[in-house]
Parts: sequence; structure tokens; C-alpha cells
Amino acid sequence: MRRIIELIAPLALVAVLLAGWEIACRVMEVPVYLLPAPSAVWTSLIADWAALAHAAWTTLSMALNALAIASLCACALALVGGLSPFVEKAIQPVAVTIQVTPVIAIAPLVMIWTGLDHPERAIIVLATIVAFFPIYSGAATGLRAADPDLQRLFALYGASRWQTLTRLRLPSAVPALVEGHKVATALAVIGAVVAEFVAGSGGAQGLAWRIIESANRLQTARVFAALVTLAVMAALLYALVDILERRILAWWRGR
Amino acid sequence: MIAALKDVEVRYGERPVLGPIDFALGAGEIVALVGPSGCGKSTAMRLLAGLEQPSGGAVVREIGKGETSLVFQAPTLAPWMDAAANVALPLELIGTPREAARRQAVDWLSRVGLAGAETKRPAQLSGGMAMRVSLARALAASPRLLLLDEPFAALDEITRRRLADDVLGLWADLEPTILFVTHNVEEAVYMARRVVVMSAGPGRIAGELAIEGPLPRPEGFRATAGFREAAETVSRLLAGGRP
Repeated sequence: MRRIIELIAPLALVAVLLAGWEIACRVMEVPVYLLPAPSAVWTSLIADWAALAHAAWTTLSMALNALAIASLCACALALVGGLSPFVEKAIQPVAVTIQVTPVIAIAPLVMIWTGLDHPERAIIVLATIVAFFPIYSGAATGLRAADPDLQRLFALYGASRWQTLTRLRLPSAVPALVEGHKVATALAVIGAVVAEFVAGSGGAQGLAWRIIESANRLQTARVFAALVTLAVMAALLYALVDILERRILAWWRGR
Repeated sequence: MIAALKDVEVRYGERPVLGPIDFALGAGEIVALVGPSGCGKSTAMRLLAGLEQPSGGAVVREIGKGETSLVFQAPTLAPWMDAAANVALPLELIGTPREAARRQAVDWLSRVGLAGAETKRPAQLSGGMAMRVSLARALAASPRLLLLDEPFAALDEITRRRLADDVLGLWADLEPTILFVTHNVEEAVYMARRVVVMSAGPGRIAGELAIEGPLPRPEGFRATAGFREAAETVSRLLAGGRP
């Protein structure tokens, strides 16, 4: 019963808000370029769904590419840092500096370096930079998270550095690694969308590009349709990652 | 003599934590170390295990690497491995091939009363069962020195009594040297031939008492006059009085 209520409550709120919006638009005769009614957004969604789906896939695939690259780089660096405290100390401030620098500020440089006719490359690089830090931070924290008593046990039996890494520190890092990837997945999508806004040109026609294009033409219903698509895509991705996280952690904890 | 602290001192910075103390463990002995929290019992144990270095004095260990085992306050099992893999871990670390280690681990699990629990994960075990796995893991590497650091502190009374008898039974079978750290006076008297009492600030040895009676303990041992007298004496030593 409680599950049903939990499921219905947010849907009911959305329905009420949408109904209020629709009624307000009709009663006050709001111009459609200013605020289209939900019904107009729906019509636009149906009419454009193939193009929207294609745009969503473009954005999603760039975000996922960025996530994969960020994951590889961050895990590799964290691993090297985990083996050598000197390297870790060296990496940490650089990683933090890259993290706190707004990605939009780096965008023009990245675009020059990746070639102005390849905006999708720039977008992937920028999203990678955004997704890198949570994974690196999670991996570095995770590698330090091994139970100190278990570490003593490994020392007691004369375990080698390699044995301690593969049998203790890496498995101990799993929860923090999973958490880092979860945060990074959400950030990769945000990074890809922001980068699309900056890149702006027609080379990579993702959802953000559709939003800009429609807004420039005052096709506000299409802006909303693209926004809805983006929100649904991000929510589905998050839900998927959430399920994955639970599965992996359940396996790791043994229940 | 299998391990000893000779005039050992430990300081953290300027703060003296332990000693100077002299303390020796004979081969096959079972000794309890009692003292208030913060008296350096666990530090003394880590020194004997070779996991920590003293600030002064010498630690003598006449045993090789891999011949010392530790059981901690918490079971300290790796949650991602099943019970048998946890027990097999020390064996693998000292070079036993994986399959042989697993076979021995299954054997050890049945010796601590956990036959059939091999594939259970730590999260699926009760506190007492997890402690048994921890004990099996410590015994699996056939240690000559077994260090038990308040291993029953987190368990209920019935479970801790049962485990105490099990440890004594295993000790009688295998005769490792056992150092049992506890802050529970009755447990110390029950478990040991010799109870060493420590005082805090910095940790020193306040006194020592030999405990009479057979080991493992016969039923009703806790009700005997000898047991109660010994417990009284240890309590007085702990409180700072003369034996």
C-alpha cells in the first residue's frame, strides 16, 4: 500500500501542475511563443519524436563515451596513486584545480585543440573533465578504505604489495568506486549538455543544440519537448545506475 | 620462551603509552592480559605480533613470519568473500595453493563448529558465527603464537562462554601459545594459566597471578571457591591494591 502511495503521490502532483498550467494558458490566452500549454508541448513531442530520439541518443552517447574515458583515466591514476603515495600527493592538487575550474571557461580552448569542425570531440572531452573527479576521488578514497585490522592481518602473514592491492585494497574500494561512478554518470550528462551549449554548432546535434535552435526560432513548444526528453533521459539513466549500484553493493556485501 | 618484551617502552610523541615493561610468553602457555581500557594491552599485543616497533627496549620473537595469528575485537572478515575464502586467506598469503587452502579452510570451519557454512557470506552470519570464522582463520595458518584481542567483547554472555570453552578445547588439541587480552576479570581467570594485570597511564604490569585447576575447565568451574578467590585477587590488583 505504502509503495503504491509513494508511486502515485509524485504522479498526482505532476498531473495537478500540468492541469493548472493548461487551464491557465487557455484562460489567460498566453501567447504560444511565451509559454505553450502542455497540450502544445505534447503535440510537439509526438510530431518530433524521431528527431528528438536521435538528438537524445547523440547527447547520451557523448555522455557515455565521456564516462568511459573518465572512468579509465581516473581509475588508472588512482591506482598509480594508490601504489605510490608520492604520486598521489602530486595528483591530488592538480585534480582538485581542474575540478574547481568552471568547465565553460575551458571550453573555448578545448574546441580549438580538438578542431573547430569536430564539436562532438570537444563535447566528449569537456564531459570527461566533469566526470573525472568524482570517479578519481571515489577510487582514491576507496583504495585507502581497507579495514586497518585487515591490513594488519595482511602484514602479519607477510603479504606482498601486489597481494594487498588485489586481495584487499581493490575489493575494499568497490563501494566508493560505485558511488563515484554514480555521481559521475549524472555529471557526464550535465557536462555533455553544457558543452553542447558552448560548442553550439551543427556538428553534434544533441538535445541542447535542439533547445538552442528552437529557442532562436521562438518555437517554445519544441524547446519544452526537448527539455522533457532530456529530463526523461537523465531520469532513466539515473534509475538504471541506481539499480546497478544496488545490485553491485548487494553482491559485495553478500546480501 | 616464544616471544618477550624486554624493558619495552612505547611513546606517542612525548606521551608515554606503555612501559617500561618486561613480559615473556613460554611455548604452549595460555596467558590472559587484563587491564583497564587505554592501559596499552592492545599495544603490547601488536608489539608481540611484530606489527609495531617499541620506542625503547627490545621485542624478542623466536617465531618466523606467518607463525603469529591475531583475532580482533570484531570478526574483521572481508564481506566480499565467503566464510571459507576468509579462512583460506592467510594460507594463500603464506603460499598455499588456492585449492588446497580452500580444502583446509573447509576443514577448519568444521573444527570450530561451522560445517556447512562454507559458502555463507559474513553478512549472513550471526556475531558468534562470524567470530568462529575469525577464529578458524587465525588457526588455519597453524600459528605458534595466537593473539586474541578482546575477541568476545561484542558477544552475548552465552555465546562468549561457549566460545571460551571452544578456544580452550582447540588450545588443548593444538597447543599454540595463546595471549588473551580482555578487560573482563572472570573471563581472564577462566581462560588462563597465568593472569597478568596491567595498570594505566602509562601501561605497566601491576601484578601477576597463577590460576590453579585443569584446562580446559570442567563444568561448574566458575562456581568453585578457587575461581572466585582468583577473580577477587585479580580485581584487587586491577583496583591498585596488593594481591
